[in-house]
Amino acid sequence: MIKQIREPLIFELSAKGKRAVRLPALDVPETKGVLAGVPARRDIPGFPEVSETEVARHFTRLSQKNYCVDLGFYPLGSCTMKYNPKVNERISGLPGFAGTHPNAPADLVQGNLEVLATLEKLLGEIAGMDAFTLQPAAGAHGELTGMMLIRAALEARGKARKYVLIPDSAHGTNPSSAHICGYAVKEIKSNETGTIDLDSLAQAMTDEVAALMVTNPNTLGVFESDICRIAKLVHDKGGFVYMDGANMNALTGIVRPGDMGVDVIHINLHKTFSTPHGGGGPGSGPVGVKREIDPFLPTPRIVAKGDRYELDFDRPQSIGRVRSFYGQFGVILRALSYILTLGPSGLREVAETAVLNANYIRKSLEGDYHLKYTTPSMHECVFSDKSQKASGVTNLDISKRLIDFGLHPPTMSFPLIVHGALMIEPTETESLRDLDLFIDAMKKIAAEARENPDLLRSAPHVTYVRRLDEVKAAKTPVLRWEEKG
Amino acid sequence: MLARIGIRSVDELFGCIPGNVRLKRDLKVPGPLSELELVRKMQGTAAKNAANGVLSFLGGGAYDHFIPTVVDYLSQRGEFVSPYTPYQPEVSQGTLQAIFEYQTLVCQLTGLDVANASLYEGATAAAEAVLMAQRVKDRNRVLLARTLHPQYRETIRTYIKNLGIEAVEVPFTNAGTLDPGALSRLLNDATCAVVVQSPNVFGVCEDLKSVSDAAHGKGALAVAVIAEALSLGLLEAPGSLGVDVACGEAQSFGLPLGFGGPYLGFMASRKDYVRQLPGRLCGETTDVEGQRGFVLTLSTREQHIRRERATSNICTNQALCALRATIFLETMGKEGLRELAWQNVQKAAYAADALEAVRGVRKKFSGPVFNEFVLEFSKPWPAVDAALRAKGILAGLPLAPDYPELRNSALVCVTELRTKGEIDRLAQALKEALR
Amino acid sequence: MYPNEFSYTKDHEWLKLEGDEALVGVTDFAQHQLGDIIYVDLKPAGTKLEAHQALATIESVKSVADVFSPVAGEIVAVNDELAQTADLINKDPHGKGWIARIKVGDRKAVAGLMKAADYEKFLEGLEK
Repeated sequence: MIKQIREPLIFELSAKGKRAVRLPALDVPETKGVLAGVPARRDIPGFPEVSETEVARHFTRLSQKNYCVDLGFYPLGSCTMKYNPKVNERISGLPGFAGTHPNAPADLVQGNLEVLATLEKLLGEIAGMDAFTLQPAAGAHGELTGMMLIRAALEARGKARKYVLIPDSAHGTNPSSAHICGYAVKEIKSNETGTIDLDSLAQAMTDEVAALMVTNPNTLGVFESDICRIAKLVHDKGGFVYMDGANMNALTGIVRPGDMGVDVIHINLHKTFSTPHGGGGPGSGPVGVKREIDPFLPTPRIVAKGDRYELDFDRPQSIGRVRSFYGQFGVILRALSYILTLGPSGLREVAETAVLNANYIRKSLEGDYHLKYTTPSMHECVFSDKSQKASGVTNLDISKRLIDFGLHPPTMSFPLIVHGALMIEPTETESLRDLDLFIDAMKKIAAEARENPDLLRSAPHVTYVRRLDEVKAAKTPVLRWEEKG
Repeated sequence: MLARIGIRSVDELFGCIPGNVRLKRDLKVPGPLSELELVRKMQGTAAKNAANGVLSFLGGGAYDHFIPTVVDYLSQRGEFVSPYTPYQPEVSQGTLQAIFEYQTLVCQLTGLDVANASLYEGATAAAEAVLMAQRVKDRNRVLLARTLHPQYRETIRTYIKNLGIEAVEVPFTNAGTLDPGALSRLLNDATCAVVVQSPNVFGVCEDLKSVSDAAHGKGALAVAVIAEALSLGLLEAPGSLGVDVACGEAQSFGLPLGFGGPYLGFMASRKDYVRQLPGRLCGETTDVEGQRGFVLTLSTREQHIRRERATSNICTNQALCALRATIFLETMGKEGLRELAWQNVQKAAYAADALEAVRGVRKKFSGPVFNEFVLEFSKPWPAVDAALRAKGILAGLPLAPDYPELRNSALVCVTELRTKGEIDRLAQALKEALR
Repeated sequence: MYPNEFSYTKDHEWLKLEGDEALVGVTDFAQHQLGDIIYVDLKPAGTKLEAHQALATIESVKSVADVFSPVAGEIVAVNDELAQTADLINKDPHGKGWIARIKVGDRKAVAGLMKAADYEKFLEGLEK
């Protein structure tokens, strides 16, 4: 990352009269007096007027200020920043898909319905679940949908119940989603191995508890080996097991959540299934369920009738829609293409290589950074800044210094149960050379932490902007450009 | 690598998984396919979409608009497509500055003070607005116009079901707009918001000023939902008409129809409510050298910090879609956007006249429309639809079963992409179908 | 460091008894943990509280923390200055950064809170 020309805001490049687009002349005779009585705007104050050259350069230059997976190693724990295959972009852009209207009648979009039905089926096989809905737009949306499904199933059994159990290591979306479903959250403490404490769970699991939300492997990258016992504990009291599938990358082709007692799971297509993160979306969060919960799935359902697909809206127990139309279709296309590209052997290789890479990094850096939990890691490992704290260096400083080495930092400060956490998930698409580059940089930084801590505390040095004043941004928020005067 | 780790095979790394659940077989999924095979296969699947050969006048929450080439070209750059959420701002200034510009554009178009970095799509944006109004006013009743898109109303109901919020629907008049008498009868001190769509599900423009005044009279928020964002290029900004929260669907700004997703939810509000806004917010600040930079801010509203007390559970949003919209809006520019919107209005007006001139067709509602309108037919809609489809035309969207009283009607959408020739062809085909 | 006339809780609130009423705030340790405080959400005067119910929420850039009422009571006043200068809590947590004045429900409950010396010992225990 080299210092570059400061790129103005588009509004600062704007000048009256500039236009980038010419439209064809109106080809119908003008009707006078349309929109009579409707307040119309005279102007859009401050709205930009620029040329196409200016737009093209503006965004090309802006793009150069971003680090990205296409540029290099991006070890964000829990995010699964794997390479995004370009052929998937081509397929989702095929006019035969991209040009279809979501309100088109079912018989005219049989190809699209086949795509949806096929991905539902393949995800069902990969996750070991009986049915999938592809409506949810992201992981958190999937969680919300999943918890709503659980609530509906419990109501059908007679009682919605009051609580949801969530481990203290869980991602913030878990309690947040439970809350929107009208549940109160009870936290389950992790034990000294960083996993769910069975005794705590047994004590907390009553017939007032609707579900346990579990991530497996958990947010420390540790597999909950007691998962079958955990599931039984929950089921014996009439509750459901919800699995946050964010860490599926450790499991594909190795084990299936459905076989471990999970009743409802959400999958992040933008993690495990290679669809791009786009700087913050779009993602997609399909939800898989066991047979008992099928009747509650959002409508419409896609039903195969011979070699045709139909839409079934007649589902009286459905929780209803969780969004307009069918789902993140463009993202769904990319995920389907990915699965077809990998096949069964490829999917298993994903998990095997992801776990191998993470363990290689863990072993290589064990001597340099503190590991709070020594339990085996799966596809990600969590170090902390404890060893570096002595010289006043934090996980933030280590992260910022990594940027000087041309690498993206790991996830910081999550999970909350590890103070000063650095969560590293290399994914399977990194080569040995990439891993060694990262390990080398981390070792150098550990040495710098001892010998020259100021260098870390003032990092990064070579980026377009250096450390930003986040206090100022929160105290006096400026959330838009305003015209002066 | 195995030597460094101290194991002999990768299999040892999975020792923590109970043996009785480990897969002992291959997954039953097709593949692996080479790139050539994959493309051929998917092209074959796409070819099964017969809709591609049909002349379409479909709208109803998704709109077929012109997308300048530069939008695809720039938004497909790997530097925009492949990064994560900009939590490390020093290496994400491209994404962050684009979001800041996007937020500004949404504020300018809606006439409101603050906008978030995007939500999933229109229906969930409307649902989030209802939840926000409940928090702001601490009241548990919301009024939903029946002229709000049925999928949006359904999504809102799914979201509020477990939160003790009651939704009451407000009927519409013969003009196709919200019934003001019914609104004032239904408004009370327990109402947190009135949610109205404009242009509404029938394509008719609502009187946002009157609705806002009525809502404020009872201390409720006025929430405007906009499903056809292009209308903001020509119609008065909702913020200038008293609206407190404007939200909806921005697919019209540079996103392909794409069979319904990924789309782009937007939300903007008065600055008083910024702490209750869901979604990410990008703010301006300076770095240690005094240079301007951008960061995600006011994060304490969000789930990763506030957890169960967050304003929303939203995490991943629609950043790349917002980028497309930003490039689209900056390319179209002030005059281009206005002209594009105006062409929609003119073509729809021409079409409405041409179609009403056909015997057996009448415009159902008298209210002014943007680019879609409801026609009522002398024959049942399924018969009309079938006749038109036989001629390769998808003329409109049926309004039943959501509006059973409108079962002989359909919603016809005319954007700038429909040529005079195509509109005339529709009129001719309709004439023949109703003979 | 920690005023002797204050009482303290394990959640790092302090309470200064003044007759029937008491001032409540958070300790220097708390403000240090929170970092730069951006915003304080105060429950209004008139709110009745049980012991350990939140009377305010403090937001820093990266965290949110509830301020719990050390004893049962009713809020009679809140520190309006915090609306403009939330960082008064960082600058003067035991003085100008006070958060709320409550009418104490049961004065005997105050005796059950930690004294300054106990609180300092408690903090030492945390650091281990």
